[in-house]
Amino acid sequence: MITNFILAPIIAHMITAILLLFFWQRIAAQRVISIIGNIIAFILCIRLFQATDKFGYLIVQVGSWEAPFGIIFVSDTFSSIMVMLTAIVGLAVGIYSTAALNPSRIKYGYFVVFHFLVMGLLGAFLTGDVFNLYVWFEVVIISSFVLLTLGGKKMQMEGAIKYVTLNMLASVIFLTAIGILYGITGTLNMADLAVKIKGVQNSGLVSVTALLFFAGFGIKSAVFPMYFWLPSSYHTPPSAIAAIFGGLLTKMGIYALIRTFTLIFQPDEFIRNVFLVIAILTLVTGALGTVNKRSIRRLMSYLIVCHIGYLMAGIGIYTEIAVMGVIFYLIHDVIVKSNLLMITGIIQKIRDTIDMTRLGGLYHDYPKLSIIIAIAMFSLVGIPPLSGFWPKIQFFGESLRTGHYVLLAAIIFASFITLYVMIKMWSEVFWKTSPKPLTGEIDRFSQLSVYRKVVLVLPVTALSFVSLYLGLNAGGVYDLAHKTATELMNPDHYINAVLNGNYGK
Amino acid sequence: MTMELLLVLLVGIFYSAGIFLMLRRSMVKLLLGLLLLGNGANILIFLTGGLTKGKPPIINGIEKTFTDTYADPVPQALILTAIVISFALTAFAIILLKKVYETTGSDDLDSLNIQDLDI
Repeated sequence: MITNFILAPIIAHMITAILLLFFWQRIAAQRVISIIGNIIAFILCIRLFQATDKFGYLIVQVGSWEAPFGIIFVSDTFSSIMVMLTAIVGLAVGIYSTAALNPSRIKYGYFVVFHFLVMGLLGAFLTGDVFNLYVWFEVVIISSFVLLTLGGKKMQMEGAIKYVTLNMLASVIFLTAIGILYGITGTLNMADLAVKIKGVQNSGLVSVTALLFFAGFGIKSAVFPMYFWLPSSYHTPPSAIAAIFGGLLTKMGIYALIRTFTLIFQPDEFIRNVFLVIAILTLVTGALGTVNKRSIRRLMSYLIVCHIGYLMAGIGIYTEIAVMGVIFYLIHDVIVKSNLLMITGIIQKIRDTIDMTRLGGLYHDYPKLSIIIAIAMFSLVGIPPLSGFWPKIQFFGESLRTGHYVLLAAIIFASFITLYVMIKMWSEVFWKTSPKPLTGEIDRFSQLSVYRKVVLVLPVTALSFVSLYLGLNAGGVYDLAHKTATELMNPDHYINAVLNGNYGK
Repeated sequence: MTMELLLVLLVGIFYSAGIFLMLRRSMVKLLLGLLLLGNGANILIFLTGGLTKGKPPIINGIEKTFTDTYADPVPQALILTAIVISFALTAFAIILLKKVYETTGSDDLDSLNIQDLDI
């Protein structure tokens, strides 16, 4: 169906950001407008998801330039899932950050940049044009640069240098790949590219371009040889910013990777093997990186890297069930990672440190909060009824069935290490009695007003319940993932919808 | 044909010089390297889009369809967009480098790892 409604969530965030600019340095107004904007955008995103579910492909041709020539926005099931996840995490982090962030950061435009960042993410998920995807990527990374450096602490600056350099390099590689792709096909529309790339004689050049795309997206999604910027920068900004980065930014790279490698390039044996090797190495190195970390935030950074490995593994196996696992894992991971990074912020508020050896006794002091946190932590591990379990079963089954035994070993290894670090974190932070010399620590959390306590805990609770819901309603999520995987593995539907106006339903 | 060859060489020089500069320890050279890489990518787009001399893509008032060969305007639009984006990124990166220099007192990338020493 052709509808302008696709653009509504993007515009909602853009208007909110522009409106916020008029309330520069007025903290109360910034908080209120941001929450209202987030709620409106959330409703619009949910409506978009429902509409996509009901009407099939939603398409808008900007300026009525017809498909292969103009820029188009397409909402298929995969895009709409990502949009809905962005809406959930954006709303949760938006509410959380009204209380979690220092007033001086809000004064200097935190919410303005936050809304531009979310706008960029939504644009990247919805666009159907490769160059437009590049532009949305740039909107996202320049917003993330500002968020990462906002506050100007020395540690942030040192982290930012690595982050900025590697992300700019990734953009250049992505741009190079687009340049070559345009040269060999003469189009930028993704559906049209998928058709024209099959007719290109020079298959070597196509493979090189595919790998250039992979390198560009690989840096952004932090896979094995290119992830080093992530652990050295993600622990530096405040937890609210880290939550949106850890939850959505790396997943944007994975989204782009899945989109290009299911629609434009059909990965051949060689590229699939590259993906598998990289998945194995990402799983193993990411898992090993977590073992010796004492700071929870550094531990989370490596866990982000490690769990990107699962997604890569699914893309590498490249069967319908494996892609289903990827979609399910993506849904689970976005929710639970953002949640855990917000939780580290609350722990820091309570104990004024995130060093595991100096933490302790949280279960004794805050039993109810600890249970909610436990749901998030053990969802990440994948204890059976919780949400991490179901996609992992699919990865296990598919790697066993297709005979990738090394991959299976790596997946099991990474799962065990995740279990180990989560149990370590649970016993160190929650069960251990608080270490003696630090008992007089200031609990800044209990000094907060009831309103601010609620604002901090509500998003965490909500996301924990979303995780719980995903785990207990796994059948529904399976169906959704199955529908998405079918659409992704049969790109003809997408091409038909974009080029021939055959929208399905 | 000669023009293509010259541009190919130029792209190669931009990429190699950019990567070389990025591997140096000085932050300013790192930034210059990124700039060169970005410009190399722009010229690459220009080159792969095809070089056609003196054929603007404009239909004269009488005809309805376009039959002549013409210079593709899309690569130029792409490059223009990429230039604007890289301008913004560069402006940000220069300010960032200045702030890093002010806070750490060093232009050496290797001196940035002090914070990573604790595990």
